[in-house]
Order: sequence, then C-alpha cells, then structure tokens
Amino acid sequence: MDPEKNNNKPEVWTWFDHPRNIKRLKIGFYIVLVLLVLPDLFIHKHTLFSSIEAFPGFYAIFGFVACVVIILVSKLLGFALKKKEDYYDR
Amino acid sequence: MTASLHPSMLFFAGALLLWLLPLLGRRILILLVPVAAFLIITQLEHGTYFSYQMLGFDLNLLRVDKLSKVFGYVFTINAFACFLFALHLKGRYEHTAALTYIGAALGAVFAADLISLYLFWEIMAITSTFLVLARKTERSYRAAFRYVMVHIFGGLCLLAGILLQINATGSVAFEGFTLHGLPTYLILIGFLLNAAAPPMNAWLSDAYPEATVTGGVIMTAYTTKTAVYTLIRGFAGWEVLMIVGCCMAIYGIIWAILENDMRRILAYSIMNQVGFMICGIGIGTAMALNGAMAHAFAHIIYKALLWMSAGAVLYLTGKSKCTDLGGLYKTMPLTMIFGTIGALAISSFPFLSGYTTKPMIIEAGVHEGFFWVWLILEIASAGVFLHAGIKFPYFVFFAKDNGLRPGEPPKHMLLAMAFLASICIFIGVYPQPLYNILPYPVEFHAYTFEHTLNQFQLLMFSALAFFMLLPLLKRTETISIDTDWFYRKGGRLFVQGCDKLFNGLNDFGDRIFVQKLPGVLSRFFEDPARSLQQHGARLLAEFTGDERPLAKRQTDIDHRTRNLAYPVGGGVLLAVLFLAIMSLFFFL
Repeated sequence: MDPEKNNNKPEVWTWFDHPRNIKRLKIGFYIVLVLLVLPDLFIHKHTLFSSIEAFPGFYAIFGFVACVVIILVSKLLGFALKKKEDYYDR
Repeated sequence: MTASLHPSMLFFAGALLLWLLPLLGRRILILLVPVAAFLIITQLEHGTYFSYQMLGFDLNLLRVDKLSKVFGYVFTINAFACFLFALHLKGRYEHTAALTYIGAALGAVFAADLISLYLFWEIMAITSTFLVLARKTERSYRAAFRYVMVHIFGGLCLLAGILLQINATGSVAFEGFTLHGLPTYLILIGFLLNAAAPPMNAWLSDAYPEATVTGGVIMTAYTTKTAVYTLIRGFAGWEVLMIVGCCMAIYGIIWAILENDMRRILAYSIMNQVGFMICGIGIGTAMALNGAMAHAFAHIIYKALLWMSAGAVLYLTGKSKCTDLGGLYKTMPLTMIFGTIGALAISSFPFLSGYTTKPMIIEAGVHEGFFWVWLILEIASAGVFLHAGIKFPYFVFFAKDNGLRPGEPPKHMLLAMAFLASICIFIGVYPQPLYNILPYPVEFHAYTFEHTLNQFQLLMFSALAFFMLLPLLKRTETISIDTDWFYRKGGRLFVQGCDKLFNGLNDFGDRIFVQKLPGVLSRFFEDPARSLQQHGARLLAEFTGDERPLAKRQTDIDHRTRNLAYPVGGGVLLAVLFLAIMSLFFFL
C-alpha cells in the first residue's frame, strides 16, 4: 500500500483487479455450470406440464434463453424509452 | 393478556415524545418503540378490540388474526432495523415522519373496517411524503409533489369505492369482497395503486429514489406491503390479479435493466417482487396465499437490506448512478457482502430467504394447472437474478473502478445490515418458524434435491447470460420513460397543445375579426356605391379578359363619385328596380 496514506484512509482490497484472479473465477464458474448440469443425466426428473422438462439441463437452458430474451427485449425497448437525464427539465 | 395497547399507538406516542427528549433519549426511544410493539403483537390474542362509533357504524381499530399478525411482526422487525440504520440522524423531523408512517401502516394492517383502514391509508400517504421532502433538494420536492398527488388520486378512488360499497351492502366490515361491481373495482384500483401495479406504478420509481438515505429504506417496506395485505384480505382469488401480477413481475425486470440509478433499479425490483405476491393472491389457494404472505415477509427483510447497502453507498459517496459508481468492494467489503446477501436472497438463491418463500407461489400455480403463470413467473425468477441479483452488486461494487474510496459506513448501519442479513440466512436455512405463523398449514418442501438443483441451474445460467451479454447492458447516463410520462410530460404537452390550439384560434380571430375585417368594411362603407361599381368593373374586366378599359372605367367611377356627377335617370332607375323587386317579394 501507498506509505503516504494516513491511518484514517480505509484499507483497500484489490483482489478482483488481478487478471489472474478473474481467470480463476471464470474457470471456477464454468466448472460449477458443468457440475450443475451433470446430475441431470443420471436422475429421473419430475415434470409439471410437459415431457420437455425432463430433458437434461432444461432449467439451465430455460434460464439462459429467458435472460437473453429479456436483455434483448429491454435493449430494443431502450431505444424508445431511454432519454437524456434532463428530459423532464426541458 | 387482553389488548390494552394498540401497536400503532406506541408509534404515534413515540412520534410525539420525540419532541421532548434529548438526542440520546431519542435514540433509545426509536429503538425501543419497535421492540415494544413487536412484543405486544406477540402477546395479542385473536379477536377484535378497540371498538368505537363513528357515523353510526361500529368500527374496530384492532383485529388480530394470523394474517394481520404476520404483517405486524415483519413491520416491527423491519422498523427496528430501519431505525438502527437511521441512528445517526440528529434531527427530529425525519424520525417523526417515519414513526407516524410505520404506525399508520400497522394501523391499516390491524384495522377491521373500511373506514379505519381509509384513515390510516391517508396518514401513510401524507407522512411518507415527508420522507421524500426531507432530502431537501429541488428534485425531491418535485418528486414528493407528484408522489402525494398520485396517492391522493388513489385515496379518492378508495374512498369512493368504500362509500359505494357501504351504500350497496350496508356493512363497513373489511372482509373478502364477493361483489363484482363498481364499488369493489374502485377499491381494487385504490389498493393496486399503492401496490404499484402498472399503469399506476411510476410513483414508486419516481419518489423512492429521491427520498433521503434512510427514508428510502423505510418507505420500501410499508406502502406496497400494506397494499399486499389489503389485497390478500379483500381480493384473494380474483383471477384478474394473476394477470396484473405477471405483468408487474416482467415490467419491473425490463425497466430495472434499463435503469442507471442504483436505487431506481431496486425500486423497480420492488415492483417485480410485489408482482409475484399479487400473482399468488390471484391464484388464491391456501398455498398461494401462504406463499404471498411468506414472500412479503422475506421480501421486506431483504429489500430493506438492499436499500441499506445502496443507502450506505449514497451516504458515503453522495452518488447513486451506476455510471459514477463501481469498484467499491475495495474499501467497503462488508457493505458489499451484506448487499450481495440481499441480492442473492431476492433472487431466491437456495439457503437464503427468497428460496423458501417464492417457489411456494409458483408451485401453487402449478397445482392449479396454470401453465402461463408458471412460465412467466419462472422467466421472471431468472430475470430477478439478472437485474437485482447480479446487476446491482456488479455495477455498484465491482465493474469499472471510478476511483471512489469511501470506507465502510458507521457501525450502526453495518449492524442493521448484519441483523437483516442474518434473518435472510435464517429464513433460508430454517423456514419453519416463518411457516408456523402463516394462516394455513404449510405443505411445501423447498429443499428437495431436484428442486434445488433446478433452481441453481436456472440462476447460474442466467448469470452466464448476464456476463456473455454484458456489452449490451453497458450503463448509459439516461433515464427511462415510465407511465409518469403522462403526467410529467403529457401534462405539459397538454398545456402546450391547448396553448397552441386555443391561443392560435384566438390570434386568428383577432387578426380576422378585429384587425382585418373592420378595415375592409369601413373602406367599403366609406362609399358603398363607388366600391360596388369598382368591383363590378373588375369582375367585368376579368370576365371579358379585356384589361385595357379597366383603368379608364375606374378613373371615371372615381371621378363621378367624387363630384356626385351621376345622371338623375340612373338614380330613378335604381329606385324603380328596387320597388319592383320589393313588390315581387311582397306579392309572391
């Protein structure tokens, strides 16, 4: 840490600034994703409405697709709805 | 113990006592009031108390049953945490408003009749406005004005509905409404406005983010959740609420994703979460209502926690826009951890409070075979993680470092956050105490292997989508239009439109009838005979196409008129013609 900083200055954590740590996080994240889908291949899943739900990784795909759709829809809506911050002051 | 004390009374008395006590006394008082109220509520036995007469009706201020007690518990627990968070405030003004506001919310929850409910409802609207005004900025004054106007409108709808309802049924009792008609629709509109259902939603995301650091935290819990309580009490099983709830859940997500202000993101996520509850109320089965109540309980806690972490950031940095924030984990790791716990709880991450409550609503929908409800609520569940679960902590505490190094907030704020975070974890890991206070027996098990695995898949792959599409989610320094456009911009456009239309019409009339026409007429009547002849000469010239004799004729006419040099026969001829025409008219 900077020696000139006095004691009142808060302690500064920089763990997330190191590219190596980010890389570790990413790898860990991908491993978790794979581990979450793996058990689906071996267990018998109950379904609520349709047999598609028993497909391995159904909720993973569902979550991913749902989020992509939400992001794209809001991006599109954003073109119409986003205004400059002084919009109401003008 | 019989009910000798109304929980609201403590808050109202506290608000008065506040003006007599020194700072230390005030600090003890604001912590003591919620604790005492909580203890009183635990001791209340089922029944109705505090009867009084008004307008010839028997009214009851205190109806105790399991439903009102659930809300009573969570309102007082949350009040304690909020006042702990607001302990640094030295003034009396905000605390008075907050105590009265919370007292009124408790009063509304415990009121057994529509008239008492309405009175507390209006006190809530007015006192909460002061929490926005206390920010003391130009923007907050305007937001507070809009806030109170919208709530007056909602209050009037409610009042009209209540009066019609009393007229139609002769009863002031606040029970489940069975009549479908204008009275109940008006009451429903009044309730839904406070629940921030679209299109009456914009007051929430407009006013809450303009409130003070502590006022925002306090406001998040009471107005919308009192509305949820009244909807459970009055409108359980009304199918229309399923549609309203689903719309709210999606609406909240989309607008939260567009938003840049962190507290506005959280305001929209209130809408989203209340959407889940209202959907549960619309489903209306015992399990769905249990789910709605449990979710309201969990929601109040983690939402206050989220607002506290955002409030702490605003308190220390003075900034609330995501574009100005970022990298704050470096100096406020504890706030980051508490905020993330709240963010994960709202996303119903397993082992946190949202997970043991929200799926109850979805499962109740599945039991009833509502495919669309299931689909939309699952999409919304994924979306919650997107906008509140990741977006909020990511853009505030990580993302681009904007060089802010504020340090941790004061200890009482950290304590308040730690208190709420531990409740989130407690309900998430061991939900049984919460299930026990719900009105109906709970037959729901959150922690089956399959269900937990599904939830993890849903959330983690939502996270994957977030990070893959991060470029699309880049923060921009913008605001998003919401339905408040209609009264903020629309109102102004209406005035401008009226200005253009009516003042334009006025101008036009002025030009034609005041300026032009009298001139023309006076020129004509100055010498009508000459004007007529001139005109006739012009017409004749146009008709024949021969312009040459025109100038000569005109000078002749001028000359004749000026010198009155008409032949006498001409005058006689005209007079005879005139008489002939008149006699024709007379005899025919």
